[in-house]
Amino acid sequence: MALTTSEVARLAALARITLSQDELSRLAPQLDVILEAVAQVTEVAGDDVPPMSHALPLTNVFRPDQVRSSLPVEAVLAGAPAVEDDRFRVPRILGEEQ
Amino acid sequence: MSELLHTPAADLAGLIASGRASSREVTQAHLDRIEAVDAGVRAFLHVDGERALAAADAVDAKRSSGGQLGPLAGVPVAIKDIFCMSGAPTTAGSRILEGWRPPYNATVTQRVLDADLVVLGKTNLDEFAMGSSTENSGFFTTHNPWDLERIPGGSGGGSAAALASFEAPLALGTDTGGSIRQPASVTGTVGVKPTYGGTSRYGVVAMASSLDQPGPCGRTVLDTALLHQVIAGWDPLDSTSIDAPVPDVVAAARAADVKGMRLGVVKELGGEGYASGVEQRFREALDVLADAGAEIVEVSCPNFRYALGAYYLIMPSEVSSNLARFDAMRYGLRLGDDGTAGAEEVMARTRGAGFGAEVKRRIIIGTYALSSGYYDAYYGSAQKARTLIARDFERAFEKVDVLVSPTTPTTAFRIGERADDPLAMYAADLCTIPSNMAGNTAGSFPCGLAPEDGLPVGFQVMAPVLADDRVYRVGAALERQLADRWGGLLTDQLWARENGGAR
Repeated sequence: MALTTSEVARLAALARITLSQDELSRLAPQLDVILEAVAQVTEVAGDDVPPMSHALPLTNVFRPDQVRSSLPVEAVLAGAPAVEDDRFRVPRILGEEQ
Repeated sequence: MSELLHTPAADLAGLIASGRASSREVTQAHLDRIEAVDAGVRAFLHVDGERALAAADAVDAKRSSGGQLGPLAGVPVAIKDIFCMSGAPTTAGSRILEGWRPPYNATVTQRVLDADLVVLGKTNLDEFAMGSSTENSGFFTTHNPWDLERIPGGSGGGSAAALASFEAPLALGTDTGGSIRQPASVTGTVGVKPTYGGTSRYGVVAMASSLDQPGPCGRTVLDTALLHQVIAGWDPLDSTSIDAPVPDVVAAARAADVKGMRLGVVKELGGEGYASGVEQRFREALDVLADAGAEIVEVSCPNFRYALGAYYLIMPSEVSSNLARFDAMRYGLRLGDDGTAGAEEVMARTRGAGFGAEVKRRIIIGTYALSSGYYDAYYGSAQKARTLIARDFERAFEKVDVLVSPTTPTTAFRIGERADDPLAMYAADLCTIPSNMAGNTAGSFPCGLAPEDGLPVGFQVMAPVLADDRVYRVGAALERQLADRWGGLLTDQLWARENGGAR
């Protein structure tokens, strides 16, 4: 189960987090220790035990389909890193390898 | 003025309602106190005195014009900086949200404002509530008022330290694995995690959505219950919120009666790894409650031993999903947007620089646990362990009214002591995590100072889903019995130490 730095780098890439070489070499052994400690839960995973995803047995919850006012555009854009023409301005999204 | 700092919230509200003190006086006294002591305690990330005094004046004006005042009107409150508050900085302790001012209020914030409480400011926390010491805050570490070299607990260490240093009589927290109860325990204050769904999560920066629960913090059990009543109840904006009446926690806190109640001591939450002073004060508290008429029995919850492991799979999995929203596009930090870098590169650079070490650790563990090939072994097994923990509670609550344990295995550790050892840090939540996993309610109440280090010890009470009133009933009985022996609250001893023993 030992995690290599290249595996951690792959996970970080999946999570869209840039990590320095330093961080990678510090994280790998730490994650290893944590994963080893939590692995004991696999002991209890009997087929007869149903998984629990949530504390309460809720099914779909609906609210009445009523028109409500939304936040003003200026209020929402006030916190944006970049704005253009009353919209969020984002870096280019095409032409990347992934 | 100093007497106002020392007065319980319930009594402050009485003084304000009767005109013996104005909300402005009370608010100003707390702002002055923050000014005087927060350079050492560092409980607050943000204080807005102007806004607080304006709110206080509005309450005073409402009173003088004969308006109806609620039971906590005019009383100051400190808000953990994870609740959105319109126009106020909300960082969740992360650099990635530095400078962001939400355009709306969390439901809990709104209820506090509607009840005419006066918001002093936002308190420090571990980044995105991930930690047990506030050392993971992206800004600074909060110090424990009992000993400034010790941690105040976490993630809600700022709120707990604000209470223990008399900077605020009330505070708000959130509890995902113990973030209300463990800080309460190590600061000698009171904190309650309501039943999951008992308080709204709308507008609370999410960490692990199936576990997160906002709750009240105070120095007295009644104050905490009064704040609980203000913030709790169904919210159509949170689909997991429970549409049922809020248990009468205030009546339970006033009753403070455990006669005939059956208290189950969880056998598994004690022994190796628990400080001797913690176990001693816990046992003494049991004797006190037995004297007050409770029946004490031992209960076994064999699957609690899997709680920590299951928690550190389920929580990071939810974290990795929830924190995907910090994508540098719509709010918060954006780095490396130089006109040539693409969105994914900007996103990765921003998250790499904006998130701290613990947040990165948890996101990556979650990404691993959810990845194909590992999902069944890790996440799937953890969900099964969760079922077994919930069943342990169900079986136990067939025999007893509440379960009890120490809140955390040790007293406040030294700042830096566990900072480089994630597993040692995680162990601080050993006793608190089971209730998050099962969704039931639990609270921490002061039960004395450990003889070996003179630091506060917390007594945890766990009750079934929607039986929040039982937590308060037991906590209030313990508080009353101990106050008779001590001549006041545990925090009164801290106050007396600072003020030359004068009450």
